[in-house]
Amino acid sequence: MPAIHRKLLRDLWRIKGQVLAIALVIAAAVTVFIMYLGAFDSLQLTRAAYYDRYRFADVFASLKRAPRRLEDRIREIPGVAQAELRVSADVSLDMPDMAEPAVAQFVSIPVQRRTMLNDVFIRRGRYIDPNRPNEVLVNEGFALAHGLEPGDSIAAVVNGTRRVFEIAGVALSPEFVYIIRPGNVVPDNEHHGVVWMNERELAAAFDMEGGFNDVALRLMPGVAGDDVIAALDRMLERYGGRGAITRDTQLSNWFLTNELSQLQSFGTMVPIIFLAVAAFLLNVVLGRIVTLQREQIAALKALGYSNFEVGLHYYLWALAVAVIGIAIGIGGGTWLASSMMNLYNDFFRFPILEFRISPSIIAAAVAVSLASALLGARGAVRRAVRLPPAEAMRPQTPAQYSVSLIERLGLGSWLSPPTRMIVRNLTRRPLRTLLSIVGIAFGGAMVVEGSFFIDAMNSIVATEFSVAQRQDLTVTFVEPRSAGAMYEIAGLDGVMNVEPMRAVPARLRFGHRSRQTSITGLVANPDLMRVVHAGRTAISFPPGGLVLSRQMSRIIGAAAGDTVTIEVLEGSRPTRDVTVARVVDDYLGAYVYMEIDTVNDLMRESRVVSGAVLQVDGLRTDAIYDRLKNTPSVAAVTLKEAAVEGFRATIEQNMDVIIFFNQVFSSVIAFGVIYNAARISLSERAWELASLRVLGFTKGEIAYVLLGEFALLTAVAIPTGLLLGYGLAWLTVETIGTTELYRIPLVVGDNTYARATISVLVATFVSSAVVRRRLNRLDLVGVLKARE
Amino acid sequence: MTLPSETTRVEPQAPSDRATVFEARQVTKVYPMGDVDVHALRGVDFALRESEFIVLLGPSGSGKSTLLNILGGLDVPTSGDVFYRGDALTTADESTLTRYRRNHVGFVFQFYNLIPSLTARENVALVTDIGEDPLTPEEALERVDLGDRLDHFPSQLSGGQQQRVAIARAIAKNPDVLLCDEPTGALDIQTGVVVLEAIAKVNRELGTTTAVITHNASIAEMADRVVALADGRIASIRENSTRKTPRDLSW
Repeated sequence: MPAIHRKLLRDLWRIKGQVLAIALVIAAAVTVFIMYLGAFDSLQLTRAAYYDRYRFADVFASLKRAPRRLEDRIREIPGVAQAELRVSADVSLDMPDMAEPAVAQFVSIPVQRRTMLNDVFIRRGRYIDPNRPNEVLVNEGFALAHGLEPGDSIAAVVNGTRRVFEIAGVALSPEFVYIIRPGNVVPDNEHHGVVWMNERELAAAFDMEGGFNDVALRLMPGVAGDDVIAALDRMLERYGGRGAITRDTQLSNWFLTNELSQLQSFGTMVPIIFLAVAAFLLNVVLGRIVTLQREQIAALKALGYSNFEVGLHYYLWALAVAVIGIAIGIGGGTWLASSMMNLYNDFFRFPILEFRISPSIIAAAVAVSLASALLGARGAVRRAVRLPPAEAMRPQTPAQYSVSLIERLGLGSWLSPPTRMIVRNLTRRPLRTLLSIVGIAFGGAMVVEGSFFIDAMNSIVATEFSVAQRQDLTVTFVEPRSAGAMYEIAGLDGVMNVEPMRAVPARLRFGHRSRQTSITGLVANPDLMRVVHAGRTAISFPPGGLVLSRQMSRIIGAAAGDTVTIEVLEGSRPTRDVTVARVVDDYLGAYVYMEIDTVNDLMRESRVVSGAVLQVDGLRTDAIYDRLKNTPSVAAVTLKEAAVEGFRATIEQNMDVIIFFNQVFSSVIAFGVIYNAARISLSERAWELASLRVLGFTKGEIAYVLLGEFALLTAVAIPTGLLLGYGLAWLTVETIGTTELYRIPLVVGDNTYARATISVLVATFVSSAVVRRRLNRLDLVGVLKARE
Repeated sequence: MTLPSETTRVEPQAPSDRATVFEARQVTKVYPMGDVDVHALRGVDFALRESEFIVLLGPSGSGKSTLLNILGGLDVPTSGDVFYRGDALTTADESTLTRYRRNHVGFVFQFYNLIPSLTARENVALVTDIGEDPLTPEEALERVDLGDRLDHFPSQLSGGQQQRVAIARAIAKNPDVLLCDEPTGALDIQTGVVVLEAIAKVNRELGTTTAVITHNASIAEMADRVVALADGRIASIRENSTRKTPRDLSW
């Protein structure tokens, strides 16, 4: 091995602690990159394989009721390859382990053959027997939440009649990877399930014999959905069609897509921040190494090493550190990606699992890390290359010190000589002092960045579930009903407060954009079901105008003052141009709200409600549940508490992993940065400190000079870091904080600031202890002799 | 500019008959130091001949280091011309100067400038790795009587030993010229003699043209010629009829 490379290895070994600290920062970036993008890639692959093998449909449409003879006409729509007609209905389940009712979507499946589209995968048990009309399949999430096994039975109120079903099997379907009730943001496996049932039996139970109310289509390869959807909508219009959608906006798939895109943005955003920190560190450390090796560089040049070779030497230095980091990161990332994949699978329950870390992800991780290492090394290399050998050969002129501002202000007499050394050293090279502060500040900032998600999530829960939604229950009726139904509910014993809701399925159009959604009609000044703007103000709904969630405003591109077209997909199906009265900065979902009377006017109906929100007496809930469960007109009851818990559980399952890793890695980075800062100042000043020792200063006194300076830097760096952390949080919120599912608010709590401060203090303390130990062992003679 | 790469070894001749290796004409060097200009060299004319052993004598600040750095291709003059075997160093670009240093010049510095993280052998290997027809590191260290210190790190060697490693490093490339800047400046007399002997031996046995900078007048006794510098000018040039060995110098 050429001697110059040996020098590299020995130099690296000599400062192995620092090398490892920087390598760990790079490793953290590579790990996060591979972990998130590897999991993203694998989940996408898994989803694709799952959809393909179980024939996930391309187009979905639901309607009120149409005759089965329409089947041939649907199949004849150009571009349609297959069509599966189904009956689907929400059914209230009476689960013995819960007081409150659960809701299941009953979906019909054929018995003579397997369904052509959205086929089920039987995890346990078997497919339903054609000869046993009461047999059903239940989805795995619900089965697990209630400990249901094949052979168990479940009771349901079907169309007003209580029936008991036998569970033949526990199943999964590509259509219900995520089971979410419209209006909810996360799955709630305890209260929501899917039940697949004999087609004929289900049709009979819901007076759908010879008819269907749901259809799924498979398109021919290469056919875009738009024309098919338009044709299907025209066909189903007079049968109460609620507007067909492609799989892009199919609820389960849409959530899954959002989840995946969140992984992807994390996988890109977080490593970029980490790598930026690593590049910064390399820049500082290498810069100081070049300063320390000034004479060695001059000697190398005098010996005939070219600028290129000298530059390469220091680039290799950075690359070597990067390679160590990359090696650790690839190992860690691959391992964590597979753990993460398993974790997601617990959540999504895919029947098949495709795990792969594609070479392109590894290659990208390697390339980006190397590039950032080189970028970080650039400044130092430039200085090494530019160093004129003849000048470097001469001993460095003594640094220019001056009396500091503090002393000029007459405070100097208050400072002891060591303190004066600290102050003068810090003020002598303001740029370097600034860099040190920024470096340490980055450590704290990373912790803020890694932790603020918890605050943001807590803020979402607090805003959406306490300030905004103050109801305890939400009741949805099977069919829209007159306002009288509401008074019936209000009369139930224990119901303290009721507010009506009127939701209608509709399509919103603005310019060339459109979105299938539903319009929620609420009272003008709700007391229970409130909508909160920017986490603070509950808004009122002006008559005549629309109120859009920020997300919906983004999706269709309309702002306050714009006029959008709404096509109602129910009843008389009116189409109307309506002005957007305001856009509300809410945190969850993409909603369209209107004042309830305006909705009733729009529908040309008198006071009609489709649901109600209730505030109930906590002591009488069981009786209320019992009444509601046995009220045929009630399709579903959702509990806010369950929604909150579901939200928290989902956050715990998904975000907690991310938050945990972000916290671990940000702590690693904080420590890496601070440890480096301490070691650098030690190596820079060993000579000076040894001289002081020779003059008779005690170990404690020289420790004070070095560590006192370090403490001063840390004291300034902590608030700087908190500010910088707020900036990073802002950057994160702005770049990846918004999906169609939620909008992460920029909230950084005191806990997070405290956590960051403590992390920096701990890292400072540990680093100082290491430095202090080295100071105690300072070889006076050696340091003074070797002018290195 | 092309430079001869093979090492020329010649038998001793009368100094004046030998070919000229370096020629400096009206060389000046000005360093701007803040508001004032420091004139390190103020018009130096000077020649160095094949296999010659020359001592550049002068007090600190006389410009001798600057001259040496210019001869060695580490620095360029502000004005004037410097020729190495007829080729102008003054107009050479950075990469030509690097090649010149790599293939023709051996440097020895006052503070040795060894790489502390490399052993004696490896410090010499730094040069043999990139040279065109080098000695082996072992041979080079043998020549300075350090064959038994191959794997010692600089910190494990005395000052004199470190300087001899530096000399071994300088001669390992078979340089045409050996340029030594105060090679004994940081050493005691005893050790200084050993180092000077090593340099004299190289000059004698390999015929390497050698220039040694010193402020110590007694060292001048071992040179063919002594060039005295003062205040950036050549004050005098003297030829020694006989060269003393380092051991015979009176310090």
